[in-house]
Amino acid sequence: MPAEIYLNVAISGLLTGLVYGLMALGLSVIFGVVRVVNFAHGEMMTVAMYLAVVLFAQFHLDPLLMMLPLAALLFVAGYAIQMTLINPFISRPEHSQFMLLLAMAVIIVNGLLIVFGPDARSVQTSYAFDSFAFGPVIVDATKLYAGIAALLVAAALFSFFRFAPIGKAIRACADNYTGALVVGLNVKRLYALSFGLGLACVGAAGAIIVLIVDVTPPLGPQMTLLAFIVVITGGLGSMPGALLGGVLIGLTEAMAGLFFTPSAKSMFSFALLVLVLLFRPQGILGKKPS
Amino acid sequence: MMDLLLHGVPRHALVLLGLVLAALIAAPWFANDYLLTVLIVILYFAYTGIAWNVMMGFAGQLSLGHALYVGLGAYATAALYVHFGIGPWVGMPVAIFISVASGVVIGFLAFRFGVAGVYFAILTIAFCEFARVGFDHFGWVSGSSGLFLPVSNYTRNDLVNLRGQPVMFYYVILALTAVAFVLCHLLLRSRVGYFWQAIREDEVAARSLGINTFRYKMIAIAVSSGMTAPAGVFYAFYYNNLFPEQTFHILRSIEIILGPIIGGVGTLFGPIIGAFLITGLAEVLQEFLTAYGLDIPGVKRVFYGVCLLLVIMALPHGIWPPLARLLRLDKRQEKSKEPEA
Amino acid sequence: MAMLEVAGVSKNFSGLRAVADVSFSVPEGAIFAVIGPNGAGKTTMFNLIAGMFAPNRGTITFQGERIDGHPPDEVCRRGIGRTFQIVRPFPALTVEDNVMVGALLRHSDPRQAMARAHDVLRRLDLYDKRLQAAGSLTLPDRKRLEVARSLATEPKLLLLDEVMAGLRPTETDRMVAILRDLNAGGLTILLIEHVMRAVMSLATRVLVLHHGAAIAEGLPADVVREPAVVQSYLGAEAL
Repeated sequence: MPAEIYLNVAISGLLTGLVYGLMALGLSVIFGVVRVVNFAHGEMMTVAMYLAVVLFAQFHLDPLLMMLPLAALLFVAGYAIQMTLINPFISRPEHSQFMLLLAMAVIIVNGLLIVFGPDARSVQTSYAFDSFAFGPVIVDATKLYAGIAALLVAAALFSFFRFAPIGKAIRACADNYTGALVVGLNVKRLYALSFGLGLACVGAAGAIIVLIVDVTPPLGPQMTLLAFIVVITGGLGSMPGALLGGVLIGLTEAMAGLFFTPSAKSMFSFALLVLVLLFRPQGILGKKPS
Repeated sequence: MMDLLLHGVPRHALVLLGLVLAALIAAPWFANDYLLTVLIVILYFAYTGIAWNVMMGFAGQLSLGHALYVGLGAYATAALYVHFGIGPWVGMPVAIFISVASGVVIGFLAFRFGVAGVYFAILTIAFCEFARVGFDHFGWVSGSSGLFLPVSNYTRNDLVNLRGQPVMFYYVILALTAVAFVLCHLLLRSRVGYFWQAIREDEVAARSLGINTFRYKMIAIAVSSGMTAPAGVFYAFYYNNLFPEQTFHILRSIEIILGPIIGGVGTLFGPIIGAFLITGLAEVLQEFLTAYGLDIPGVKRVFYGVCLLLVIMALPHGIWPPLARLLRLDKRQEKSKEPEA
Repeated sequence: MAMLEVAGVSKNFSGLRAVADVSFSVPEGAIFAVIGPNGAGKTTMFNLIAGMFAPNRGTITFQGERIDGHPPDEVCRRGIGRTFQIVRPFPALTVEDNVMVGALLRHSDPRQAMARAHDVLRRLDLYDKRLQAAGSLTLPDRKRLEVARSLATEPKLLLLDEVMAGLRPTETDRMVAILRDLNAGGLTILLIEHVMRAVMSLATRVLVLHHGAAIAEGLPADVVREPAVVQSYLGAEAL
């Protein structure tokens, strides 16, 4: 096979991986701060995806334009969920929260199945079949836009945590819960804020990814699992790690699809997950637990 | 052994148990075909719930990939039957062996490397998903097209090959569930059972009392996976078709844990009560909707999710503990009022 | 031969010297107390003996055999029991089941183990509460449960980590009486303690740690008067 094909596939995988990374970034924020394992992460992304599909079908609104509104919507949803459902659960054992979100995931997946049916939905924008040529490399327009959008949102999030006072407060919360309480931070609200931000990432990612991936209800759990693989590989609690993990998984899947059959590509992601869990559980950029 | 079995069990508990068992044995005489199939499903989930409960309820290791052991057991015996004509009972040891082997591998990798809690759960999901995708490409068992068992006439009940009427399957699953129940009862009061519970409650403290936690966690996963395999055998021979996409789907794993969580993780009766409740109520819901002419796929599953949510929020220890207190089957006391005479 | 021999043991945690070249020996039948200000390395020393982690340098010998670096469950099997500074009961299990777990180490038959557990519970004054869930006990009861559970493993040496902490004076006296009783029955005790009342009335020998190093060892009455010890607790101005 000519070398260009490898390059094209690799770049395609990299761009898709950036969107995975954005989704996983949300999970990283949620876990890193609130210490909740959001097992409904992917399912929530499919909600955003379906919303994008509907908005496009009904009002011809480009998903990329809907990125911010959907992110805002999911932010509100996340805030509400944290305040009402999860905050009472903070003192419960870890697997209690896990089960709670698992239950939500089941409800969402099947709720979507009831509302939208099992068939795949997609968004065909006017530029859906465009591509750009950079030398020998051909890149789909949708993937390029998706990748760039993901990077922009991620950059916005990074700056928020770096420079905004609330962002720093959230980081303090994550580092030291008791310390944050002592200093007078309203931890419950900061948690809700974080969960909201995490879901905002998911909302944005959902709007973006619908350009390149068709949505069906079962995509939810697949994406949840993918998010975990990305976050664990890249490093739980590390935001750059989430992006790095996303890119890595995107690349792995793309190359696996090329060398083996496309349907088996997730096997490689799982194998990677197992390896990481066994040999470097803190992930590539994660910190070793004390 | 009878002593170990019965020592300390209150009389009224045995009576109750006897009545329930009698009712279940007599059920086929009173139940129509539809109800019989519902009972079979209930008992199937009671059985898998009991098997899963050994790992989670007793030893505290959260497995969300138990469908792996069902699937492996199912495919093993189905393949042996389809390709070599080997009957399910002869094939069962093979099924159990394969399930236990995979459980041991997962357990070894996880426990040796300190993968615990939620990470362990994710690991179990990953392995099951790996099997799901892998079996899709596994030609010898027909991959994604599905493996079909030859179905002959249903008038004769062939227990050896598990071909026959639903009644036969009902008694098979009832027997399996009863055996599993008794086995768990014995396990709980044995040394293994105590050590498992210690590990579940506080692994560090357990180690400080001389318990080799690695060994006992391995035993837990081996027993749990081994107990789950026969469910797979039953599944294969009852439904007569296997598809990797369905058999290893994560939803199967979630269905397995619903009963124990709703009934009460770690208790003996929890998985059984939970299975009755969740499956029974789901069927009622389905019937209700059908009566109104509504056929909504996915409603049952939403119902499962809602039940799970409600139970986790309101009754985190499940329905059995308060029920047990009501039936005076709980040996535990609240703070004692007066000292023993 | 001493029951427990600690020789030149050091332990670092990423640059922090928790235990620095400590040596002492615990004779059989002694009640040996380790005292020192907070952060002196006492619990680390315990954890090293109990097998939670291995020393960077030095050896720990129990009844003539090396145990440093051995895992906690093996150390217990050899005959060293321990309690934790922050008690760790099995909350969902009853009091008797808690102790049962300990007893099952040496008695694999559950009935024998339960009988043994009941004996221990009676000794520790917990028999009446044996059917209560451990999670519902008061702190003094939990402390006694912790001791009972460890005792059920039939140790030759018992490590007690601040077992008096949080107890009122009457409860402290009760615990002291129980420990003295156990010691009279042949149990060697190594305890970390802040409650000086207990140390002075129980200990036959005292070791003082400060910043991870041993600064004094000897009879209780002598050790508490040593200048280095006073300084470590009260500061140089106190001298």
